[in-house]
Amino acid sequence: MIHVEQPGLLTTVQDLGRPGYQRYGVVVAGAMDAVALQVGNLLVGNRPGAAALEMTLTGPRLSFADDALVAVTGLGLMPMVDGREVPRWRPVFVAAGSTLSFRPMAEGCRSYLAVAGGVDVPVVMGSRSTYLRAGMGGFQGRALQAGDEIQWGERSSVAEAALAHLRRSGSGSAAAWFPAPSVLPAYRAEPVIRVLPGRHTELFTEESRKAFTSQWFQLTSQSDRMGYRLQGPTLHLANPVDLLSEAVTAGTVQVPTDGNPILLMADRQTTGGYPKMAQVASVDLPVLAQLRPGSRIRFEWLALADATRLLRAQQQELAAFARGLHVAAQAVRAH
Amino acid sequence: MDIQPMGDAAAVVQFGTEIDLAVHRTIRAFAASLAEDPLPGMIEFVPAFTTLTVFFDPIRTTFADLERILAARWAQMPEASSEPGRTVEIPVCYGGEFGPDIGEVASHNGISVDEVIQIHTAGEYVVYMIGFAPGFPYLGGMSERIAAPRRANPRLAIPAGTVGIAGMQTGVYPIETPGGWQLIGRTPVRLFRPEENPPSLLQAGDVVRFYPVSREAYARLLEEERVR
Repeated sequence: MIHVEQPGLLTTVQDLGRPGYQRYGVVVAGAMDAVALQVGNLLVGNRPGAAALEMTLTGPRLSFADDALVAVTGLGLMPMVDGREVPRWRPVFVAAGSTLSFRPMAEGCRSYLAVAGGVDVPVVMGSRSTYLRAGMGGFQGRALQAGDEIQWGERSSVAEAALAHLRRSGSGSAAAWFPAPSVLPAYRAEPVIRVLPGRHTELFTEESRKAFTSQWFQLTSQSDRMGYRLQGPTLHLANPVDLLSEAVTAGTVQVPTDGNPILLMADRQTTGGYPKMAQVASVDLPVLAQLRPGSRIRFEWLALADATRLLRAQQQELAAFARGLHVAAQAVRAH
Repeated sequence: MDIQPMGDAAAVVQFGTEIDLAVHRTIRAFAASLAEDPLPGMIEFVPAFTTLTVFFDPIRTTFADLERILAARWAQMPEASSEPGRTVEIPVCYGGEFGPDIGEVASHNGISVDEVIQIHTAGEYVVYMIGFAPGFPYLGGMSERIAAPRRANPRLAIPAGTVGIAGMQTGVYPIETPGGWQLIGRTPVRLFRPEENPPSLLQAGDVVRFYPVSREAYARLLEEERVR
């Protein structure tokens, strides 16, 4: 059991989201950086889509009532066990009675705390993800608060073996396994985000289309899990059109009449009626997830076939990493 | 029928360009076919006024493959049924603190508050799509005699169950949301039901009728919803 001493700015339970109910208006939600979530889970012997804590900008302060195997992935927070820094992107043993706290880092926005066994909250419509606006899923439909008690599920045999191995070296000790850089998204402080044409790209003026890929956009303070409001050159339609609402998705770049684009993220609404300038390639969504208000981005067009190829390559890297971990775990058990 | 990609994980099938009952029925029939016999690699689909968007797993399939399969499915589709969908009756307590803008809607149209209620309850509203918020129905078929522009200053929090009017549209807020609609009443019935499957009282294709209830009946119905 984990006792929440301090919740941090915004700490929520997330998994890979709640697909399948968008036609009833239920948003998908889920981890903003799905790759960091999956790597964290694999490191602690969970299935990749298990529920974990998504921690934003400032981390929580958590005390552990039982021995645990955890991994901190993503960007923005340096984990500390009983005040001593421990490695990120690696399995770490936290002994009963120890405290896990975090120091904010200069870059990145969202870190994930994966716990062997997975964070155990009720499954709502097939997912443990928190959807804050409707107050559903996750831990009582809300962000964590001081005093909350978080349970985890049953650990895999792989996790038990790793935990037994690390226990000998004491609280805060870390296993030697970590993902190769090729497994991780191409995190950058000022990234070039690759986009596919949107449904209405051709309806924008030539000047707007040119500005869209030649100038920088900045994330405003109105940027959260729902979407990022961008500031840069304003984008305008060649002729006013009345569009009917239809499905939108994570990575949709829609443009309200004021010309300032909104980039939709995990907690976006299921439908929208603004013109769509572009659609971010799925492979670059985790990169976006790590930006904070004030960050700058540029857009670059990408072909659909290349977007699919890059996404599949990322998936293969994750699968290869999972297989490698399995081999490492076998070695520990033999040891 | 026209099929376009929306990024690398969704395909948008376009059936028309305007809000139209025939287009709506075609989309409903196509959605029913996809629900009954899902396409390989499809995750889910979202019907809207003139489009149906298919979300797919780009690891398992590609837009090109899906486009071909969607076109083949379309070619096999039987004529869309003109049967109306389910009819769902929704009780509304009009005016008072639940509908603070009903007087404004009345005076904007030069009619009385009672006439607003009468016209609103006389309508049969087709649920064209669900979106914006969990369980929120986009309804068609409102009389222009009670149309009213959105409020200049949107409210920060509109309670769940509030019935409103914006332009030629009427709708019900399933969860507390900010919004600029003119508020005319409130229903005790929950439109979003996360513990049920489907989690929404209404589905695209349903027909909605509103009927007026007193403040007492509202309170009683609200209590019944709580113990359900």
